[in-house]
Amino acid sequence: MIKKIKYFFNWILLLGSTLLVCLILGVILWDIFSKGISSVSLNFISQFPTDGMTKGGILPAVIGTLLLTFITTIFAVPFGVACAIYLNEYARPSALTNIIRASIRNLAGIPSIIYGLFGLALFVQALHLGTSVLSAGLTLGLLSLPYIITTTEEALKRIPNSMREATLALGATQFETIKDVVLPKALPGILTGVILTMSRAAGETAPILFTGVAFYINGITASPYQEFMALPYHLYMLSTQHQAIEEVRPLAYGTATVLILLVFLLNIIAFYIRFKNRTQN
Amino acid sequence: MSIKKRERTDWLLKKIFKATGLITIGLLTGIFLMLLYNSIAFFADIKPVDFLTGSQWDPESAGGKYGIAPLLVSTGLVTLGAMLIAIPLGIFTAAYLSELAHPKVKAILKPLIEMLAAIPSVAIGFLGIVLVGPGIAKIFGIANGLNAFNGSVLLAVMALPTIITISEDAINAVPLSHREASLAIGANKWQTIFRVTLPAALPGLIAAVMLGLGRALGETMTVLMATGNAAVMPSGFLDAVRTITATIAIEMGEVPYQTTHYFALFAIAVILFLITLLINFLGEYFANRLRKFHG
Repeated sequence: MIKKIKYFFNWILLLGSTLLVCLILGVILWDIFSKGISSVSLNFISQFPTDGMTKGGILPAVIGTLLLTFITTIFAVPFGVACAIYLNEYARPSALTNIIRASIRNLAGIPSIIYGLFGLALFVQALHLGTSVLSAGLTLGLLSLPYIITTTEEALKRIPNSMREATLALGATQFETIKDVVLPKALPGILTGVILTMSRAAGETAPILFTGVAFYINGITASPYQEFMALPYHLYMLSTQHQAIEEVRPLAYGTATVLILLVFLLNIIAFYIRFKNRTQN
Repeated sequence: MSIKKRERTDWLLKKIFKATGLITIGLLTGIFLMLLYNSIAFFADIKPVDFLTGSQWDPESAGGKYGIAPLLVSTGLVTLGAMLIAIPLGIFTAAYLSELAHPKVKAILKPLIEMLAAIPSVAIGFLGIVLVGPGIAKIFGIANGLNAFNGSVLLAVMALPTIITISEDAINAVPLSHREASLAIGANKWQTIFRVTLPAALPGLIAAVMLGLGRALGETMTVLMATGNAAVMPSGFLDAVRTITATIAIEMGEVPYQTTHYFALFAIAVILFLITLLINFLGEYFANRLRKFHG
């Protein structure tokens, strides 16, 4: 009998932990969506902020985040994919390969604020790009690099070796094999990783703090050398730095809702590509 | 295209791919050297001993006090609290997913955990202000809920997906034969989970905790928003604290370029960098032990 109670307790412990984790997610989404959804409308995302940010929409922040994510992706994807190709298709087990892999794992573990400092020193100051959406995008690109490399390598690993061998046996060079057989076949997997990276970049705040984000800009960011507004930074400023914090709370909830919806939308697209790719194979 | 031209292209691209691989090493060393280079100017002004042991962080005061101890203790306190919450919760959830959950339940739960991982840190920090903070203030009867405990709760939430995912992989990696042997000698399901499967997965579980710990230590926005940001030595979880990351985030935007204070922020970043590097190495060491053990 005592044993039965003990085992029941064990069961509660494991199931309870799992339910608590789900509850946490539920509370987060419920609190933000239930209070934020009433602020979100087409006008909210298509209008400029007015009256010292206490009214109006978040259009410049939406555009800033999209632009930032675009620059990050354009920069990080070619380097990340090329590095993954090297590791999976060319590199033999060696000390050098081990060092490269260890570097990538450590890069993934470096706090994002340190990437911010590095971006400040390298892009803003040394390369004279100034505080701009370009500097911030490049900084986020560096931050995203290890993530893109890892997901791309996973995708490349799933391509069976027999396909490479068949192409090589027909007389194709190794690069032709990669370009015409491996990459097209691995594309859905790579795309999934790219979209997940975009979703992470869209939500990052710390690396853009000193590299180009602004609380308010006049109009919208039209050139890569201009400063920009971004959704996560907008949420941070509205909830901590605004002079009328209570008054702008609905706007903060609205911004949080838009940000989370954007991130989830990207995740759902990635999930769909992965699902479709799996059912096809 | 002639065969010569094709081979030349092949050779050239091989070099290019290799170069991108080398860039990752360059980036890691570049980041470290940049931090180090910028902090040398700081250590010319402030003695490293005073920096590491000083109990006051007040760069704006006359003469400037650059003691990192309050920031280190703050970071340690918030992270410790987060781990106390996230480790049991994460490992038990991973054990449930791996050992008990029906495949259909698992197919629902895993995307939910991915959703939790996808929520931006700034949104979690926002909830620290509007939801967790007022909750803590009410429960403990204090005026303001922006303190170390708040930060711990939020960081636990942020570390959970990492700990759950990696722990589950570690538990899954324990060979089925271990469980079968345990069941065959008469142990029941619970004895098998707690005395065979989880201990066998221990190195992997430690690696998972290390990754979660690294994530919590390096997190900026949530602690910046939710912990009150008082750069004084905290005496408990209900005190306002200011972590290393939050200090960099707050002060880098305000300091004049190339002053002692400016370089000081790079110096504390060096400390943060070294701590995360150490945690990564520990995590990797334990992950390798798991691989050797089951490989």
